[in-house]
Amino acid sequence: MHNKSISELAAGLRSGEYSSVELTRYFLDRIKDYDGQLNSFITVCEEQALEQARLADERIKAGEGGQLIGIPIAHKDIFCTDGIKTSCGSKMLDNFVSPYDATVVERLKQSGVVMLGKTNMDEFAMGSSNETSWYGPVKNPWDTEAVPGGSSGGSASAVSAKLCVAATGTDTGGSIRQPAALCGITGLKPTYGRVSRYGMIAFASSLDQAGPMASSAEDAAILLQAMAGFDKRDSTSAQKEVADYVSGLDNDLTGLRIGIAREYFGEGLDSEVEQSVRAAIEKYRELGAEIVEISLPNSGLSVPVYYVVAPAECSSNLSRFDGVRFGYRCEDPADLEDLYKRSRTEGFGAEVKRRIMIGAYALSAGYYDAYYLKAQQIRHLISDDFKNAFEQCDVIMGPTSPTTAFKLGEKADDPVTMYLSDIYTIATNLAGLPGMSIPCEPVAGMPVGLQLIGNYFDEARLLNIAHKYQTVTDWHKQRPEGYS
Amino acid sequence: MSLTPDDVQKIAHLAKLAVSEEEAGSVAGDLTNILGLVEQMQQVDTTDVLPMSHPLHMTQRLRTDEVNEQDQREKFQSIAPATENGLYLVPKVIE
Amino acid sequence: MQWETVIGLEIHAQLATKSKIFSAASTAFGAEPNTQACNVDLGLPGVLPVLNEEVVKMAVRFGSAIEAELGKRSVFARKNYFYPDLPKGYQISQFELPIVGKGHVEIRLDDGAVKTVGVTRAHLEEDAGKSLHEDFHGMTGIDLNRAGTPLLEIVSEPDMRSAKEAVAYARKIHQLVRYIGICDGNMQEGSFRCDANVSVRPMGQEKLGTRAELKNINSFRFLERAINFEIERQVDVIESGGEVVQETRLYDANKDETRSMRSKEEANDYRYFPDPDLLPVELDDELIKSIASTLPELPDAKRDRFASEYGLSEADADQLTASIELADYFEQVAKACGDAKLTANWINVELTAALNKSDMELGESPVTADLLAGLLARITDKTISGKIAKQVFEAIWNGEGTADDVIEAKGLKQITDSGAIEKIVDEVIANNPQQVENYQNADESKRPKMLGFFVGQVMKLSQGKANPQQVNELLNKKLG
Repeated sequence: MHNKSISELAAGLRSGEYSSVELTRYFLDRIKDYDGQLNSFITVCEEQALEQARLADERIKAGEGGQLIGIPIAHKDIFCTDGIKTSCGSKMLDNFVSPYDATVVERLKQSGVVMLGKTNMDEFAMGSSNETSWYGPVKNPWDTEAVPGGSSGGSASAVSAKLCVAATGTDTGGSIRQPAALCGITGLKPTYGRVSRYGMIAFASSLDQAGPMASSAEDAAILLQAMAGFDKRDSTSAQKEVADYVSGLDNDLTGLRIGIAREYFGEGLDSEVEQSVRAAIEKYRELGAEIVEISLPNSGLSVPVYYVVAPAECSSNLSRFDGVRFGYRCEDPADLEDLYKRSRTEGFGAEVKRRIMIGAYALSAGYYDAYYLKAQQIRHLISDDFKNAFEQCDVIMGPTSPTTAFKLGEKADDPVTMYLSDIYTIATNLAGLPGMSIPCEPVAGMPVGLQLIGNYFDEARLLNIAHKYQTVTDWHKQRPEGYS
Repeated sequence: MSLTPDDVQKIAHLAKLAVSEEEAGSVAGDLTNILGLVEQMQQVDTTDVLPMSHPLHMTQRLRTDEVNEQDQREKFQSIAPATENGLYLVPKVIE
Repeated sequence: MQWETVIGLEIHAQLATKSKIFSAASTAFGAEPNTQACNVDLGLPGVLPVLNEEVVKMAVRFGSAIEAELGKRSVFARKNYFYPDLPKGYQISQFELPIVGKGHVEIRLDDGAVKTVGVTRAHLEEDAGKSLHEDFHGMTGIDLNRAGTPLLEIVSEPDMRSAKEAVAYARKIHQLVRYIGICDGNMQEGSFRCDANVSVRPMGQEKLGTRAELKNINSFRFLERAINFEIERQVDVIESGGEVVQETRLYDANKDETRSMRSKEEANDYRYFPDPDLLPVELDDELIKSIASTLPELPDAKRDRFASEYGLSEADADQLTASIELADYFEQVAKACGDAKLTANWINVELTAALNKSDMELGESPVTADLLAGLLARITDKTISGKIAKQVFEAIWNGEGTADDVIEAKGLKQITDSGAIEKIVDEVIANNPQQVENYQNADESKRPKMLGFFVGQVMKLSQGKANPQQVNELLNKKLG
């Protein structure tokens, strides 16, 4: 049952083969059976999930359409959920029961999904391996010695092991695509502004974007359809009509121009990963696409730029965690300064504090121009690179991550090496473009992700391109052993 | 750019974080490494390049001046560390 | 040594919107603590700001009123610092690109001279909450109802040279923001707050002295006192060989002194940067034009018009245009009764005194413009004398009806029948032979003063109702 797609499950729910309550119980049981080793959930909401499932069954019985009604999914624990703990992977928010719903949560609720629980993540989404979570690292179902990627590692691991049908994730520098690649699932980071950020705990406001993580492009399309759209509570939300992501999935790819950037195939890319990615691109040629060489000359600077912009924004975004109105507060503060310093020092983990300090430094008097302003200028150049590239091609393809999943602890002590694992995904966030990762041929039994980068608001085309590949290959159907 | 433990203390103070004397050295090392990565930016000539603070070229949308938030004090304060008579409590603020 | 004072003001005007600058919570004053602080105002994780349209329009109104350059593209920035009444750990303000650029206002000095004071800029920002220091077991209580209330911070050039000039400028801005309806100007409730940057320098020196920023000033009187205290303090410091320190000082009205705010002394590095949650605000010419076209007649223009159109003195015109409500009241009465000078006099003297005595605002006055016009009409048509009119005014104030009602009920109609007056005059002359004799023997020059006795007697007998002019004429005639 867990290998069925959303549309298959929706059909089963409608034919009465099983009810949403049964489906929900089934996945709750899988979580019980397997999550002990994966640690992909921070919170499992059994009671609420079953209640939502009961309501979904009523809606289905009443003849309501909507493929998501009664489908059990999970939310990354970065989305505020009314009445349910929302930790953001941090001790700081271990006691935070959100008093409101994020827009993404609200929309999916309305479309009838059942929320099984909240998935584990790097603390405040800062990490590429899920090792910075206060709730302990998440394991990769393909190799429990390996990381699932991050920061949406819990969602990726849970979808990969089919502990839920699909999940939400967020992506600030690759946090949907990189774990999707490392866990062998399909993940999409939409155009900045396509999905509301309201109620999504901010890491770097000008880069953060929520998106679906699923077993196929088709499932991702169904989920995105429910998530996307203008939200008046988010000033950066795009007032642009949402495309139909499902109806064009089967569109023919003849004449599609695929841009290959030489910068994405350079030093640091694992040669077997490269082979797998090139083979996938070759498959597209067979589907009628043509390959265009493009260049993204400033892409090498995206990591440096990102590690100024994201920390700068996060240093300010995370100032609200001060032990006054919610969240962790230290014991017996001696005075106000002590309250602030101890609450924050005890509540935040090492990586979060490191980024807050880098950000505070980059914005401080005397350094602003050399760091923050400079980074925002180069960001413009990086964005212009893409603009030029999309005059020559319709989609850019390359690897999502330079390697397959690395071992737990392998990079944990070396922040800079860890940062470089997002080298291919970060530029998309800086430019605000949509990006996707889909599974291609695994290397040594570990998943590899093919990255697709589209033009602004071109999610429908990305999903179409991904879906066509998935109709002629079955890499996305391969499952890690031991989770049947 | 190489940060000293003293620099670290200054930044930590701005960010309201406590860094012990023992930690300051290793934190300075970590931050210096990151700044080393960031340093590559200085190779690029950005004369006359406009800074880009938003990915999309949009302008601010305006909200109609209407009150439609209800009082939710009880709910909001149920998750607060310390309150009394509807106020959030903090150690005495000296002006 | 001769010292010159240099003063610049930063005025925070709370914009009179219904909802907050970035949230839909109410801005009403005086609610129970934290009942008007929604999740956005509290800075809960995940919340986002959305800008209030009215706030932008009000800033444009102000910019148009001071003939300022308007920022076609303005940007919100975050000012980062930790304080318990600042929920997000940053204040959303404007830094590099404010919505209102350089403008100016004119102030009138005591000697009648006009001085132009430059406005450097005016920018939008959110207010912080309030810290309540009464004892909660040694803790401070935080009320965030005010957090997120829209403010327009109006920054002047350092153009003022005395406390009096600073007060004149502050009053001018106060008058202006109320005229254009963007701020209620209530200083007690904190809707209009002034911070003063004060420095002194030797007369003739170009370089500015080190300045102190004075805070916590909630009336114009205190503004003048605080600045004067500070000038004296700085001169004393320098003359006794010390140096003025750049710092923030709190004005203590009880002690009438300023003192250093130690908690804010440490150098702040606010790390301003563009707020990524908000986008640039763009103003198009159409919007600016349409807002400018709805501006009312501004105080200076109105004052000049009152002087020329109604023939009022500068002082009267000034006083009557202090607020738009007062000016409207005046025009309504003046038009109805037809005598502008009489109207000006009555408003500036009687009405003002009555309002002051009862501690009332014009809007609360029981004597409405219609009622006052009715009263003044009875003076101009000689139904009653000015003296009787004061009695009638009091009765109207006490709710006894219109002027006509009161005159009728109390029988106060002036006696203008010359036969009736003559009868009373004759009676007075007959009853006071000694005074008549004295009068007739007196030197010509002393007579007018002596006549007053007889007038008084006639008025007494007529219960004040005899027409004074006719009484005078008759007495002159009869006494020779």
